[in-house]
Amino acid sequence: MPSVRVAGVGLTPFGEYPDRTTRDLFADAGIQAMRDADVPSDAVDAVYFGNFVGELADGQGHHGPLVAESLGVSAPATRFESACASSGVAVRHAVRAVECGAADVVVVGGAERMTHAGTDEATAMLATAADAIHEVSAGVTFPGAYALMADAYFDAYGGSRRDLAHVAVKNHAHAIENEYAQFQSEISVEDVLEAPTVAAPLGLLDACPVTDGASALVLVSDEYARDADVEAAVEVTGSGQGSDTLALQNRETLSRTPATERAAAEAYRDAGIEAADIDLVEVHDCFTCAEVFALEALGLYDPGEAITAAREGETWRDGQLPVNCSGGLKAKGHPVGATGASQIVEMTRLLRGDHPNSEYVAGASTGVTHSAGGTVASTTVHVLEVAP
Amino acid sequence: MSENGVAEVTHEAFCEAIETGDPFYLACPDGHGSIPPRRVCPQCGAQSLTARALPETGHVQASTVVHVATAAFADSVPYVTAVAEFGPVGLTGVVTETDPAAVERGTAVTVGIERTDERGRPTLVFEPR
Repeated sequence: MPSVRVAGVGLTPFGEYPDRTTRDLFADAGIQAMRDADVPSDAVDAVYFGNFVGELADGQGHHGPLVAESLGVSAPATRFESACASSGVAVRHAVRAVECGAADVVVVGGAERMTHAGTDEATAMLATAADAIHEVSAGVTFPGAYALMADAYFDAYGGSRRDLAHVAVKNHAHAIENEYAQFQSEISVEDVLEAPTVAAPLGLLDACPVTDGASALVLVSDEYARDADVEAAVEVTGSGQGSDTLALQNRETLSRTPATERAAAEAYRDAGIEAADIDLVEVHDCFTCAEVFALEALGLYDPGEAITAAREGETWRDGQLPVNCSGGLKAKGHPVGATGASQIVEMTRLLRGDHPNSEYVAGASTGVTHSAGGTVASTTVHVLEVAP
Repeated sequence: MSENGVAEVTHEAFCEAIETGDPFYLACPDGHGSIPPRRVCPQCGAQSLTARALPETGHVQASTVVHVATAAFADSVPYVTAVAEFGPVGLTGVVTETDPAAVERGTAVTVGIERTDERGRPTLVFEPR
């Protein structure tokens, strides 16, 4: 079976770009990735594109062929929608396409445009990731759903808003030198605790921002990399996906995220690694509590133990397990459909040494990315390793 | 309600049954509970579902006070939303309690329906006992 290499990466700056179109954002990231990989457009076998709310935000469906066209690529193109995990899922399918020999070169990524809609409409769009009949009709918002999970977690294991605040402070600190991040600014624990409440116990600074942006990767087979003399130092060695019930009310517990546990088990098995082998991770911290859920579900902490990780310094870039060296969704930003692939872009740069925070993870060889849709009803986990 | 008719039961019918004081849930032969619309048990795939009386009292599993809402709930902020267990099923509803501190894990609630929007759409509400 061919192995899968990351030959090129591209990102737009994440932030507020209300006047740019989704197709233009993705063209920007995709062309960068193809240039980084030195792959010509006629070598591309497929384009996989993640996007969450194109219909609502842009009045535009059917984005697959549209974004391929914007790259000057005529290969088959498909749009993937899995809420906030849209491009994580797109990457998973791209990985499988290369592994099974159906494609040698895939451009994969995602884009989202939401800031032009304003807070009310963005809140409504994000709420569509929840169950319309059982949750949204009962006043559940996206932050509200995560607040329910945080409430259940505190009840099961303890923890405080202050513990969560340290996650936000850490991720802002990590983003300061990341030129693609939406917020390159420090915040304090007191800033987080004093911010207006969105859905208790979560405040405004526990939440990632609404963001416009795009991400792209060029994935190639090891054979193509060798034959075309493409430099591709990072290998995707594992891919896993998990699902759960959409509505929280149908789950056995709200304090854990078993879809991530299942995705991680598959990805680790695929890569032949264990949680103990992982040097650093990029996880889906759409809210501060989500980072805690992810670290426990990835097997990096026991249930109830990750809540103090940031506060104790363990997950800072100079800690024992650097988490979200990019700044995470919290500070880097969360252009929903672009996020899953953007984590792999950031991880690739961290591992190959051209990320502003690479110096903190200089000896690292194994990184894991974790993307979660809705309240972790869709999850992908990918294992990236420096190729031998 | 006959076993054969369960697949035809809409969520609206589920809400109307709450309003008429005859609330129900769907049970599979293994005792898993679910809420319409369902054709099979979401937990085990069993195709034989029967309607059973919903327990009168549920218990709050988790709750939050929402301060930033979607347009439909903008006039109600801040409000408490909770997930509560009624026997084998979970329900999500707005708690009709003005003091959020009075709602915590284990709080006993009953379920009702409110139709306050212009289209008369149902909102599940929980009333602390």
